[in-house]
Amino acid sequence: MANSKKRVPMNHVIGFVLSLVMTLVAAWAAIGSDLPVTWIIIGIMILALLQAGVQLFMFMHVTEAESGNGHVPWNMMFHGFALAGIIVAGSLFTMSFGFDHDHGGGGGDHQQHEEQEQQDHSGH
Amino acid sequence: MHITDILVTGEPIIYGAMVSMALVGIALFFLLTYFKKWGWLWREWLTTVDHKKIGVMYILSALLMLFRGGVDAMMMRVQLAFPDLGFLNSQHYNEIFTTHGTIMIIFMAMPFLIGLMNIIVPLQIGARDFAFPYLNALSFWSFFFGMALFNISFVIGGSPDAGWTSYTPLSGAAMSPGPGQNFYLMGLQLSGIGTLATGINLMVTILKMRAPGMKLFHMPIFTWSTLVTCFIIVFAFPILTVALALLTIDRIFGSQFFTLTGEGLPMMWANLFWMWGHPEVYIVILPAFGIFSEVIATFAKKRLFGYNVMVWSMIVIALLSFLVWVHHFFTMGAGAFVNSVFSISTMLIAVPTGVKIFNWLATLYKSKIEFTVPMLWSLAFIPSFILGGVTGVMLGMAAADYQFHNSYFLIAHFHYVLIAGTVFACFAGLVFWYPKMFGHKMNERLGKWAFWLFFFGFHVCFFPQYFLGLDGMPRRLFITNVVEWLPLNVISTVGAFGMGLGFIVFVYNVYYSFRYSERETTGDSWNGNGRTLEWATTTPVPYYNFATVPYVDEIDPYVRMKEEGKTTFEESKVKPIHMPSYTGQPFIMMAFLGLASFGLVFEWMYVAVFGLLGGVVMMIRRSFDYDDGYYVPVEEIKRTEKKARGL
Amino acid sequence: MAAEELKTGPLEYRTQEGQMGIMGFWIFLGAEVVLFSTLFATYAVLFGRTADAPHPGELFEPGIVLIMTFLLLTSSFTCGLAIHEMRRGSVKGLTIWMAITLALGLGFLGFEIYEFVHYAHEGATIQSSAFWSAFFILAGTHGLHVTLGIGWAILLLIQIKQRGLTNVTSRKFFIISLYWHFLDVIWIFIFTSVYLIGMVI
Repeated sequence: MANSKKRVPMNHVIGFVLSLVMTLVAAWAAIGSDLPVTWIIIGIMILALLQAGVQLFMFMHVTEAESGNGHVPWNMMFHGFALAGIIVAGSLFTMSFGFDHDHGGGGGDHQQHEEQEQQDHSGH
Repeated sequence: MHITDILVTGEPIIYGAMVSMALVGIALFFLLTYFKKWGWLWREWLTTVDHKKIGVMYILSALLMLFRGGVDAMMMRVQLAFPDLGFLNSQHYNEIFTTHGTIMIIFMAMPFLIGLMNIIVPLQIGARDFAFPYLNALSFWSFFFGMALFNISFVIGGSPDAGWTSYTPLSGAAMSPGPGQNFYLMGLQLSGIGTLATGINLMVTILKMRAPGMKLFHMPIFTWSTLVTCFIIVFAFPILTVALALLTIDRIFGSQFFTLTGEGLPMMWANLFWMWGHPEVYIVILPAFGIFSEVIATFAKKRLFGYNVMVWSMIVIALLSFLVWVHHFFTMGAGAFVNSVFSISTMLIAVPTGVKIFNWLATLYKSKIEFTVPMLWSLAFIPSFILGGVTGVMLGMAAADYQFHNSYFLIAHFHYVLIAGTVFACFAGLVFWYPKMFGHKMNERLGKWAFWLFFFGFHVCFFPQYFLGLDGMPRRLFITNVVEWLPLNVISTVGAFGMGLGFIVFVYNVYYSFRYSERETTGDSWNGNGRTLEWATTTPVPYYNFATVPYVDEIDPYVRMKEEGKTTFEESKVKPIHMPSYTGQPFIMMAFLGLASFGLVFEWMYVAVFGLLGGVVMMIRRSFDYDDGYYVPVEEIKRTEKKARGL
Repeated sequence: MAAEELKTGPLEYRTQEGQMGIMGFWIFLGAEVVLFSTLFATYAVLFGRTADAPHPGELFEPGIVLIMTFLLLTSSFTCGLAIHEMRRGSVKGLTIWMAITLALGLGFLGFEIYEFVHYAHEGATIQSSAFWSAFFILAGTHGLHVTLGIGWAILLLIQIKQRGLTNVTSRKFFIISLYWHFLDVIWIFIFTSVYLIGMVI
């Protein structure tokens, strides 16, 4: 039963280091940097998605061929995350009632981006 | 705490219901004791993990709920036809339309279809059981205890009365104190868990346990519809779980999600509810489409026209079903842009649905149709459902919806799709597969009586409601003494009683057929017209389903098997069959969780914690349970098959 | 129910039961993604609705949250190592790394409880406003998942002691590793969209 696998799994170590680095970068962007708020939010959300990818592909064996489960794991995760986007963005879109908010903040930035919506809500 | 504090008192109708329930309970207890059937009940049914028996229990529960929901409907129709009679008071009326809606969707339509899937899907793909038989039993008992919890509300504690949509803030703690809404929340929560588990279970079963050679695009169309439905279940039910949990926490632990204080947002409930609720509509209609497709192909004696297109249209419907939820609350007051987006996505759904209708028509085109009872239900479905579908497109236009919304036009619309779609399919499917379940067919003559009564009753009941709606009659209205509405309301009530009569004939037919119907001798019950693998087994189906699983590399494999004289019993190839053991654990585990839910309903935290601990202990037991099932020996298989096949 | 057993490949995939269990769990994780995204949606919609309670920016502390994140990230890594050891056939390696994973998970829980108690002291409870209800339920559901995962893993550690590595026990450990990594994925999103964005705005 003893597989002739190497003792230290390099892809796990790389994945771990990557996720630590991405966490630190995200934390720095949010707390320490002077970037515009919108860019920070977009940037750290992308970093979060990348980290999720690290977990799924490097730790969770999502595409492991020996599993005999074909595309199902990948398929469920893909549709799950697609639906997560629909649920979060769709709820924000619907519950914004489609009206522009009446406060003048945000530097006239009228993106329909979900994080932007969150920002609008904070102004209530 | 005294018993009268929680019993519902002061309502003659409810006293009547209490007495009749007590009598039925005593009678059942007496009969089981007298005939010494308690052991049988436990060994054969309460502990079963056999998908066929679980399916039968689902269908029996669903029929019981159809009765309960139907009685609710009759009472509403009596009240509406004779508004001055004072048959119901307003509170009782509110409770009845709430339980009617909830029961019909959650405890009638879904379990009926899940019951049919339970029995038929493994047979159609050549599987011996579900992927996770234990989990399947767990699902059933969670549904069963959820149903029981919801139904006792009308004698203990009082029924929920905020509509089946349970909109906040009306259903919140401030405006609906007491246990009523908690019954709704906990009953749905408990049965929802079971539905999610069934969805996962059936998906794995279909994806991993198909007969050798059977590709996805060789699967029977009902199995396909089940797979797509399960996909929707897996992605939609967690939303309901969360929504129910949030409202429960609001009500019991004082959080502020949907309240009017603490900057809560009541419309968020509607948003979450319909994010689940719209996919839910397709959860109950797609399997119905699958059933009609099977029945139509069988009795048109042709391969289903446009099989691939049928499958893809179901997949497209499933994806679109997650993008239209706002059309249930266009009148919330969202701006034109929001409503327009969802108006367009709503109308898009009509396209794949229309494609399916034309495929059924094309299947029927130039075929020799055999007018059996299941076929009658299926043929009646097509025009009736189109009426519902077209009015649905009308409702989907956001601007027009401001007129139709919350009127009887809407009521007529969704009854036209849900009854002509789902209920007709349940009857069609039950009659169609009845011989597979019970070893004899239902009487055709009585079946036709039931069909015509129900069919005419249905149209007489709901067609006038379109016009009542256009005349401005709002839904959930308790007093209807507007002169213009009176005649149509009376006609509608007559129709409702026609449907009730049809149901009674149907139930009588169950008894009559049990007594007098000829027992089936072959597995291919409908004059040898069976096309898919479920007809290849013997009737009644042996508990291991298939002695040998045939190799399948086409749609409708049984047609060729019959031509080549092949069966599911090739004596030389019989091997021992691995089967799961029966177990009482699912029943006990769910009984504990049911108790926990009951405790939460009344906010008796000790009961809730006790029930929850009991459930956790049962789960730990399950974790340490390494029971691996058993093998059916070759000799026993051969003996069973030879006896069933008269060899 | 196929009884055939493959002779090669990871133990957990060798029987059809093993494959089906793992596939079923992936489907369940799909459902969990939707469950958490509904909570995220609720949180996002209710963002800023703090009523009279403190604003999140006043209460969130980067230090504690970063420690919690590192604890959970490390536990995800050690959980991966545990499965790696399992596939090398080492019960001892599996047990040790899994125990470390659980210790890190307990550390995470400790900090989370401390954090919640601290917020409650400052006047932000589940009852104080819509925003704080959404916050506590979102983070709390994740915390509850971690708690359940710890209890579950302890049961499995007992089983591996009793039975050693078999098709069944390795399937169970593989599934709990999926669960554990998945909780890390959810935490990354909580960390980013709740704490970091909460501190930015």
